[in-house]
Amino acid sequence: MDEIVRFQTVGLRYGMGPEVLQDLSFTLTPGSFHFLTGESGAGKSSLMRLMYLAKKPTRGSVSLFGRDIASLRHDDYPTLRRRIGVVFQEFRLLPHQTAFDNVALPLRVSGMREKEIKKHVEELLTWVGLEENMAAWPETLSGGQQQRVAIARAVIAQPKLLLADEPTGNVDDRIAARLLHLFEELNRLGTTVVIATHNKSLISSSPHPIMHLEGGRLSIEDRESEPAATVETLPRSRRL
Amino acid sequence: MALLSRRTDLPFERDDSSRYLPWLTAFMVFLASLTLAGVFALSDLAKTWDKGLSETLTVQLPAGGDERTDERRAAAAIKILEATEGVEEVALLPPRQVRDLLKPWLGAAADAGGLPLPQIIDVEIDRDDIPALATLTEQLRRALPGAAVDDHGAWMSGFLRALRSTEAIAVLIFLLVGVATVGTIVFTTRAGLGVHREVIEVMHLIGAHDRYIAAQFAVRSMVLGLRGAAMGIISAAMVLIALGVLVEFQGFGVLPGIDLSLGAWIAVVLLLPATGLLAWLTARITVLRSLARMV
Repeated sequence: MDEIVRFQTVGLRYGMGPEVLQDLSFTLTPGSFHFLTGESGAGKSSLMRLMYLAKKPTRGSVSLFGRDIASLRHDDYPTLRRRIGVVFQEFRLLPHQTAFDNVALPLRVSGMREKEIKKHVEELLTWVGLEENMAAWPETLSGGQQQRVAIARAVIAQPKLLLADEPTGNVDDRIAARLLHLFEELNRLGTTVVIATHNKSLISSSPHPIMHLEGGRLSIEDRESEPAATVETLPRSRRL
Repeated sequence: MALLSRRTDLPFERDDSSRYLPWLTAFMVFLASLTLAGVFALSDLAKTWDKGLSETLTVQLPAGGDERTDERRAAAAIKILEATEGVEEVALLPPRQVRDLLKPWLGAAADAGGLPLPQIIDVEIDRDDIPALATLTEQLRRALPGAAVDDHGAWMSGFLRALRSTEAIAVLIFLLVGVATVGTIVFTTRAGLGVHREVIEVMHLIGAHDRYIAAQFAVRSMVLGLRGAAMGIISAAMVLIALGVLVEFQGFGVLPGIDLSLGAWIAVVLLLPATGLLAWLTARITVLRSLARMV
């Protein structure tokens, strides 16, 4: 498979409102890493929703992992979604579950055995610095800690596509750098990563291309030193 | 037990919509248990009376005026009966037993010495070789004017018709209780889906199959259903036992005691797994149908 995500003249509107995304056409190849930027209201979250299958486009076609989502049956969605890790902007942690259980959820829904789940979850929570907070309820955690739980939940199942909406919005620079390192580690293992962010220092600290949304339209800016294996063959600053 | 204590991803303990499900189920199962017991009791009663009465005839001889005449008439009737093909056994009821039979209608007057009592002869017949009733009656009337033969047919057919109608109504009530239980579970499950919508959406986005989510609702519904059914069955059993004791000790004249067969008790107890299964299945189908409409 040489395409993880493919958008072709995609448009999205909510109800009878104006199009929030217009004529989006782009391809994300396996192992690519992109930042997604844009002003508030530019459509970043809508684009993310399309990519994590929470919405269907009102026009155009979206393919994920080589499958056109218009042709998906209802039962096909879970299989595709298990290959996508999502860090939601508002975390969307389950408030009645501990940090451990929140992170374990993707493994549980895929039917992994509890013994293995325990091993993986403890390892990852330790890695994101939450080894002391495994049994904590989300409401007792700080914003940054909740964010790390959300990130751990998104990456625990080693997704092929990782979508993160402002993943460093509530953490200090040290943690932000550590999280970016985690995303890059996953990327090196083959995961395609898209990070929606306003964090300029985060963007400037790494050479990955930028997908920029403005008024519902997308442009992609390639930057230097992106590893050849992960770079998309897209023209520099081309409006798509 | 592991199934009942299984952890869930949905915060059901915070869900008020299902709080009253066990109580509602308990009430429904209580009604269903009583109705089911009633159906069985009526069915058993009908069978017992049908079988008992279809194997007997009753010959009634009017009081003859004095004891000697009565004895002579009874002996003549017995002779005719014993000579009739298909008659297996003939027994003259002693006056004491006749008086006991009349007591529910006549009260203490039945014991009064001067009261002229008819003579009753119980006749057991061979079901496979039933004597011709018209011929027998004619024969007896010729020899003993005023003699009457009753095969209980008219009374039994009316009684059985009434019993069958009551049974049909009971079965209908039972089915309605079942439908009401299903409706309650559907309503509660839908309310639960609304309450947990946010969590369900996250689970969906994480890759949970509808079946995974539906299983959690189904198990929860089954546990609540079983809890309610247990309460309902225990309450109904207590009421049935109390009724049985009451009828046995108080006595209600011609009505027999409430003596449920083993089959009836088994049927009542089977309401427990049946309710659990119904709750599980109803919740599962409700959730799957609702989730199929989500992206």
